[in-house]
Amino acid sequence: MSRSIHPALIAMTVLVYIFLIGPLVIIFGASVSDTTFLAFPPQGLTLHWFENIWEISAFRRTIVTSLQVALVGTFIALLIGIPAAYALNRHRIHLPGWLSTLFVLPILVPEIVIGFSLLRSVNVELGVPVFASLLIGHTLLVLPYVIRVISAALASFDFSIEEAAVSLGSHPVKTFFTIVLPNVRSGVIAAFILAFITSINDVSVSLFLTGPGISTLPIQILAHVEQFFDPTVASVSVLLMMLTIIVMIIVERTLGLTVVAK
Amino acid sequence: MKRLAGWMLSSPATLAVSLFLIIPVAATISVTFTAPGGLLAPYAEFFDSAFQRTVLWRTFEVAAITTVVSLVLGLMTAYVVSRCPPWMKSVLIILAVFPLLTGVVVRSFAWLIILGRNGVMNNTLEWLGLIERPIALLYTQTSVVIALIYIFIPLMILVLIGVLENIPDDLLQASASLGASPTRTFVQVVLPLATPGLIVGAVLVFTASFTSYATPHLLGGTRQMMMGTFLHQRAMVTFDWVSASTVAAIMVVVIMTTVLVMTRIAKRLNPMAA
Repeated sequence: MSRSIHPALIAMTVLVYIFLIGPLVIIFGASVSDTTFLAFPPQGLTLHWFENIWEISAFRRTIVTSLQVALVGTFIALLIGIPAAYALNRHRIHLPGWLSTLFVLPILVPEIVIGFSLLRSVNVELGVPVFASLLIGHTLLVLPYVIRVISAALASFDFSIEEAAVSLGSHPVKTFFTIVLPNVRSGVIAAFILAFITSINDVSVSLFLTGPGISTLPIQILAHVEQFFDPTVASVSVLLMMLTIIVMIIVERTLGLTVVAK
Repeated sequence: MKRLAGWMLSSPATLAVSLFLIIPVAATISVTFTAPGGLLAPYAEFFDSAFQRTVLWRTFEVAAITTVVSLVLGLMTAYVVSRCPPWMKSVLIILAVFPLLTGVVVRSFAWLIILGRNGVMNNTLEWLGLIERPIALLYTQTSVVIALIYIFIPLMILVLIGVLENIPDDLLQASASLGASPTRTFVQVVLPLATPGLIVGAVLVFTASFTSYATPHLLGGTRQMMMGTFLHQRAMVTFDWVSASTVAAIMVVVIMTTVLVMTRIAKRLNPMAA
């Protein structure tokens, strides 16, 4: 802090931040423009394009689908991810080393390859319905984040507390829910939020797992942009940014944002 | 008993990854080896086509440029941010987290507004008198690269802030007190210590841009096809699933090789471990 930084570096940083935030301001401006095309600076002010989102049934439908898939997918990922993270911490010596590598595969393998492979094997070959395939894809997609975040929380948990409870006669399952889980609560919240945001924003996995009447919001945005160049998508984008802001406020209130930045 | 408990607890997640990732992806890849026309025929076809070679080469080029520019800009920014007073650092970190949590589609879409025919960029250039009528900025390699840098720079900044904060301050003070200029300290102390982290950041950005779909789709269209958009076109437009599987297999090989080789190198280059 005391060391001086070269002014050129500071100027560069300012430019990088203008580059980071500027386009988001432009989306905001375009969303309230009273024109039938995307314009910035906005010409006139209107909230018509926000109303328009609800008038287009495809947007209404995909917003609901996206929320359903993100909530249920994240819930399933927590359901299978928490025990896995617990096992990786508590029973590491009894488990093979490749197991933790297995759980990062959904990040390592390109998402678009996972989406295409799920379409081929699960949707077409096994005949699993589109919505269920979409759920499977999103559960897989967020599972590594869930396991990683909860493992990190468990790594700083003192398991001797759990042992004390068990040796005093508490049932291991009851101990888990009354002792272990409450102690890693912030990890579970962080995992939930990270997974939810990842799922809501996903394109590459959902891309192949859409069918008649079933699609997610990001895929619908891509489809809409291809046909219309009106500000509706800008207003949808503003709604998504508001969702991000709400999430960041929740995180700040519960955990502090620096936790997530890591 | 304990061994069993570990397996039991991790089995649902293990089963999910095996059934829905390993088996389907293995099936996709195995299709390319059992296709009619003999072993490796789909690969021969891929590399025989000048168009498909161009797609692969363009993907490499776009991902490499994106990585290098994000690395340079990200390092400079992260360096300044990590030297800021705490309150300012928090604000700057939040400003980098926000775009990161905003979806790729939204952030790519912003560049449609900026680079479109009647977009912000064309209007500005016309207003400045630099051009007389709108020029085509969209659907060029440059538009894809700019948007990808925009998408991945927050990730790079956050990774590199973490890397720089891990460097003990004592080392920098020691270097300064021994008479090294800030530049020399940066080059001879900070940079070698940061190299493994820089490699991690570079691998993240390279693999993510190599496999990206939404950004090249919106800003490159069919004219600037990359591996991701090409895979989608083969699978969903021309319904040539063998060809799509071949593209998928090549992507998997490129990504796995990059990650394995680079993490090895990063481990080797870690001066703290030596």
